[in-house]
Amino acid sequence: MSDEETLTRQQIRRKRKFGEPILPEEEDETDQKHRHIIAVTLENTIGALNRVTNLFSARGFNLESVAVGETEDSSIARLTLVTVGNDRIVAQVTRQLKGLVNTYDVTDLTDAEHVERELCLLKVQYTSDTRPEILDIKDIFRGRVVNVTPETMVLEVTGPNKKINAFIGMMQEHGIEEVARSGQVAMHRALEYEAPNPLASSESEVNDNGSSDAN
Amino acid sequence: MPTDSLKTSTPSTASNGAPDAPVLKGSEIFVRALEEEGVDRVFGHPGGAVIKIYDAMERIQPDYEHVLVRHEQGGTHAAEGYAKATGRVGTVLVTSGPGATNTVTGIADAYLDSVPIVVFTGQVPTHLIGNDSFQETDTTGVTRSITKHNFLVRDVDELASTIKKAYHIARTGRPGPVVVDIPKDVQMDKSTFVYPDEPDLPGYSVPGKGASRQVQRAARMIEEAERPLLYVGGGTINADAPEHLTKLARKTNIPVTTTLHGLGAFPETDDLALGWLGMHGFYHTNMAVQNADLIIAVGARFDDRVTGDVDAWAPDAKIIHVDIDPSCISKNVYADCAIIGDAQKVLQQLLPKVEPKDTEEWLAQIDEWRDSCPPYEYEQPDEDLIAPESVVEQLYEKTQGEAVMVSDVGQHQMWVCQYYKFGRTRSHISSGGLGTMGFGLPAAMGAAFGMREGRDLDVVCVSGDGGFVMNAQELSVAAAHGLPLKIAVLNNNFLGMVRQWQSLFHEDRFSHTDLTSTNPDFVKLAEAHHCVGLRATSPDEVGDVIDQAWEVDDRPVLMEFAVPKEEMVFPMVPAGAASDDMLTEMFSKEEMAKE
Ligand SMILES: Cc1ncc(C[n+]2csc(CCOP(=O)(O)OP(=O)(O)O)c2C)c(N)n1
Repeated sequence: MSDEETLTRQQIRRKRKFGEPILPEEEDETDQKHRHIIAVTLENTIGALNRVTNLFSARGFNLESVAVGETEDSSIARLTLVTVGNDRIVAQVTRQLKGLVNTYDVTDLTDAEHVERELCLLKVQYTSDTRPEILDIKDIFRGRVVNVTPETMVLEVTGPNKKINAFIGMMQEHGIEEVARSGQVAMHRALEYEAPNPLASSESEVNDNGSSDAN
Repeated sequence: MPTDSLKTSTPSTASNGAPDAPVLKGSEIFVRALEEEGVDRVFGHPGGAVIKIYDAMERIQPDYEHVLVRHEQGGTHAAEGYAKATGRVGTVLVTSGPGATNTVTGIADAYLDSVPIVVFTGQVPTHLIGNDSFQETDTTGVTRSITKHNFLVRDVDELASTIKKAYHIARTGRPGPVVVDIPKDVQMDKSTFVYPDEPDLPGYSVPGKGASRQVQRAARMIEEAERPLLYVGGGTINADAPEHLTKLARKTNIPVTTTLHGLGAFPETDDLALGWLGMHGFYHTNMAVQNADLIIAVGARFDDRVTGDVDAWAPDAKIIHVDIDPSCISKNVYADCAIIGDAQKVLQQLLPKVEPKDTEEWLAQIDEWRDSCPPYEYEQPDEDLIAPESVVEQLYEKTQGEAVMVSDVGQHQMWVCQYYKFGRTRSHISSGGLGTMGFGLPAAMGAAFGMREGRDLDVVCVSGDGGFVMNAQELSVAAAHGLPLKIAVLNNNFLGMVRQWQSLFHEDRFSHTDLTSTNPDFVKLAEAHHCVGLRATSPDEVGDVIDQAWEVDDRPVLMEFAVPKEEMVFPMVPAGAASDDMLTEMFSKEEMAKE
């Protein structure tokens, strides 16, 4: 569909407001809420993390998880944020994050091919009767026992958010004493190797700054 | 340490500087860094946490002038006025705790209006931070959400480089306030003084030119449009782009409307000028917005005082948005073509790509709207009172648009926008984003200091009786420095703008807006602060008072004009209504009856 044929955002809103039909493909979906996972690299200094989280709280966003740590360069920290919100507003906050003086890079990984991991420590009660089952479940989730006393043991499991939730669910009936979750960390998957094409021309459009043209 | 030893270099063994860089105390580094930065003026107020810096200033006698403001809020607004009038960064220096918190309103104001200021705050010694020590506040914490960036300097070795960064951040990209918090021990510790040539800010980038594909696209959209409109904001002025904007408008015959901060970016005596838009904008301007098929926004952020009901704003228009701040794009209104870049550079890119357009029909249509509902015609009240609009008109006649007009916040602010014809860039200074009462006088004072550095225009402050007293203490400062400020207080003995809302939307219940019996005698107030006080109570005195005021050139003059409390600002788009849902003078009475 060419530019000329599409409705402007205002027109769509207006139509919706006045109850006029909007063709399904024109429906603007940016107002729906989704889970977003955002990776931020930032200067490893006092206040930098606070500035980032502040942008979310200032807009009344809850952050489901925040995980932060140094990268291979100790002056740079990497932060993974998980938030649920209106796509349009999250995109806006993401742009504001990019604008912060302390941030180097901000990527919304939600729609990109990415790997996501969380670490969970879980302290659970056991008896000689329940012990085999607990250890079984741990094996299924590829967990480890990291501490044990005569009544409780601490298990460690890593995996994507859903896997951790499922693990905690399975342990529920055994009497969980304590759960500590690290929050999500995530990164782009390595791209598949593509052999360079010797015939490819270098005509792809580059703007005057020499960077790619996408906004 | 004797004064003269400071500038002679002391050989240094420290590894962080050039071999012959002097070793100085933090307080001295501060004073010298500001000199290196080319600061001309510092608005400040001393206190225990900055007493070392003040002492260093006294010993070094730097190249810049320090202005002792009487309240730190006045200091931040003065720095804003200075920055807006000159295009340079304003500088503020205050103590910790109460000194720092008193600057908060001005910082928030500068943040919303993208004004470049750097605020230095003293802080308790590093070992006492976090102990609820005497005069401690977490200044960086308090100001985090109202600054473009802020710093706590923990080590004297970082002081000079932090100051360099602060000015760079404040001035570049979308300008804004930066706070630098300096603990007392950092002011006393020593380090080699080297002022870096470049700030070390790896994560910070400033957009320059726009993407050429988007510029091309914008040019095509302009070519195809039949009812285009340029919508111009303060970002155009920040980018020093008014000249380029004017060229674009004239080449393409596209009419121009400005926001409050855009006033002055396009000469309002031009045929293409539509004046300002939004809540109290003109009828024909808002009608043009609502009927345009293309809106070219340059350095404007679609504030809700401009758009009213966003969903019903410019319903038929495609939108080109030129802005230096990517986060402004599609924030309030979806941009069909977004160009991130410096307004001046983008306009330069766009100019050769556009062709002259025939917009005669569209301009005729706008003229028709203008004729059908001309700008509100006020009446002189019968009694011994003055139409406030006429005061603004006479100020225009006196200055012929060749003045810096600073306004406070309220009805008078709207009248300045409606009745003063701005012909020059950086000639309108007002608090638009935060709408801060008490802004006018100190900002005008800052602007008047700015006029000493290159530009020489009269500085006129228009204020209301309510807002003026909020920072009236700065009169003494303006007097002490012999600033020839012209201050017009439009005294309606009411918090006029609130009264207007109470009248229109709250059935004349004037809850706590009447100042009649409690207002000061403004003439005496002026005189008590070593200024000249004049008063006009009837229409025929207005011209005289203005003439007399312009004869004084060695100190501020306050002109009090007695104006009726009933006068309202029209037209008006009620908050949250669609922009063509205006209360004009003609409909207001009926609309009020309906309420
Ligand atoms: C610091 C602050 N407090 C309150 C307000 C709300 N407010 C906006 S306009 C106004 C009345 C201003 O009255 P006055 O200064 O007399 O000017 P007028 O409207 O009469 O011209 C008030 C109280 C504000 N904008 N700023």
